[in-house]
Amino acid sequence: MDAEVAVVGAGPAGLSASIEAARLGAKIVLIDENGKPGGQLFKQIHKFFGSMEHLAGLRGYDIGNKLWQRAMELKINVMLNTTVFGIFGDKTLGLLTTMGSEILRAQRIILATGGSENTIAFPGWTLPGVMGAGAAQTLINVHRVLPGKRILMVGSGNVGLIVSYQLLQAGAEVVALVEAAPKIGGYRVHAAKIQRAGVPIMVSHTVKRAHGRDYVEAATIVRVDDDLKMIPGTEKTFDVDTICLAVGLTPLSELAWMSGCKFIFVPTLGGHVPIHNEDLETTVEGIYVAGDIAGIEEASIAMEEGRLAGIAAAESLGYAREEATKLKKEIKERVQQLRRGPFGEDRYLAKQRIMKVAPR
Amino acid sequence: MRIKSHPILGDIPKRKLVKIEVDGRTIEAFEGEPIAAALLAAGIKVFRRTVKRREPRGLFCTIGQCTDCMMTVNGMPNVRTCITPVEEGMEISTQIGRGERS
Ligand SMILES: Cc1cc2nc3c(=O)[nH]c(=O)nc-3n(C[C@H](O)[C@H](O)[C@H](O)COP(=O)(O)OP(=O)(O)OC[C@H]3O[C@@H](n4cnc5c(N)ncnc54)[C@H](O)[C@@H]3O)c2cc1C
Ligand code: FES
Repeated sequence: MDAEVAVVGAGPAGLSASIEAARLGAKIVLIDENGKPGGQLFKQIHKFFGSMEHLAGLRGYDIGNKLWQRAMELKINVMLNTTVFGIFGDKTLGLLTTMGSEILRAQRIILATGGSENTIAFPGWTLPGVMGAGAAQTLINVHRVLPGKRILMVGSGNVGLIVSYQLLQAGAEVVALVEAAPKIGGYRVHAAKIQRAGVPIMVSHTVKRAHGRDYVEAATIVRVDDDLKMIPGTEKTFDVDTICLAVGLTPLSELAWMSGCKFIFVPTLGGHVPIHNEDLETTVEGIYVAGDIAGIEEASIAMEEGRLAGIAAAESLGYAREEATKLKKEIKERVQQLRRGPFGEDRYLAKQRIMKVAPR
Repeated sequence: MRIKSHPILGDIPKRKLVKIEVDGRTIEAFEGEPIAAALLAAGIKVFRRTVKRREPRGLFCTIGQCTDCMMTVNGMPNVRTCITPVEEGMEISTQIGRGERS
């Protein structure tokens, strides 16, 4: 099989990239290992933050559906339930479909594989009942099953805050939310929502151990000092059956490593990030990254980065040269807008660091 | 525990109920849902035991990445139950170690 542009991952970044590149005339193959397109979006039932241009106010799954509809109108070739297990010399992708394996040769590749959830280790953390916050979110919002009745949430970034609220909506009790840092990590509005519902947010606290023989039956939390060291004597134990870890995401970048892309370590963006320029092209010519793989941010930015990468890839193949320059300029301005404010500022500076070492 | 009604998502969608067998016990499940979801709904949390110390493991990532949820399904070990859809009459068992036949 051949493609002008192979897009790996059908989340907001990959869908947006495919739509733009297809609109400009490029022949796309869009691949996702999931049976459903939309990536993280399909489990997000809250109204999105961000600006109107970025569909803020719509719920995550509505945004996913909108993008999917557009991709269908453009008759993009989509392969679901298909995992890209490797990229070999000269842009050859190994695909694992439900039927077996297949080879796809592409002229350009856009990697939009998203991120994976981080974990933290503590005594008892391998017990059934300890799980990623994203895992719990998938269970309740997609599969409509509660992981447990009484939950301890670890981490107060937006994911921890939003998933706590969604667990309440699903009928569970969130006994407490602990955060090791001295202040809440996510947006004030999200924190206020769960506090109003009676969930205590305990900053400078972490989970010390999970108790239980075959599954979680209780959890002990402890206060930590400014160096994040546990303070003996401050332990509290709660009866819980589930401990959710919302301790950040890391770019899912194996395919970029395999392709020989150079990386840079940027903690603000989740760890090792493939070096990329303003057009999202990596250090390997013709391979682009977009969305969380290019640094953990948010869906609105993932969509813009996807568009940019899609346009840049199409442009490099000779499509719509003049239009592309104009479109790219508009998108770059919008991305700048999105990276304003106390949260955006750090990410903006981190991205600048990456661009500085990027080719061209 | 199934989430029957939800303030945003509404009532649980109607799907075909089928029977599956877990360690010899028959439970009801929705056709096409991940095996892991059906087990949790039936209150089953331990999916496998580790190779050396026989420690319990269960659902962890729910998206096929971590392999903690592997069970023996229709005689085949190492099946990720979080991404494998339920089919009528499936025989599922707690996987011990690598799932070798004893
Ligand atoms: C709880 C929560 C709340 C959030 N709320 C907001 C919000 O309100 N506003 C906002 O802007 N952002 C929000 N975000 C962030 C946003 O969802 C992510 O930043 C965004 O989804 C990233 O998009 P992406 O396309 O890069 O990756 P993803 O959405 O993760 O998509 C990646 C896709 O790639 C596929 N894939 C990965 N590897 C392979 C492979 N090897 N082969 C085939 N397919 C593969 C995956 O199956 C997946 O579908 C939230 C995130 C979470 C977890
Ligand atoms: S829970 Fe991680 S692979 Fe199934």
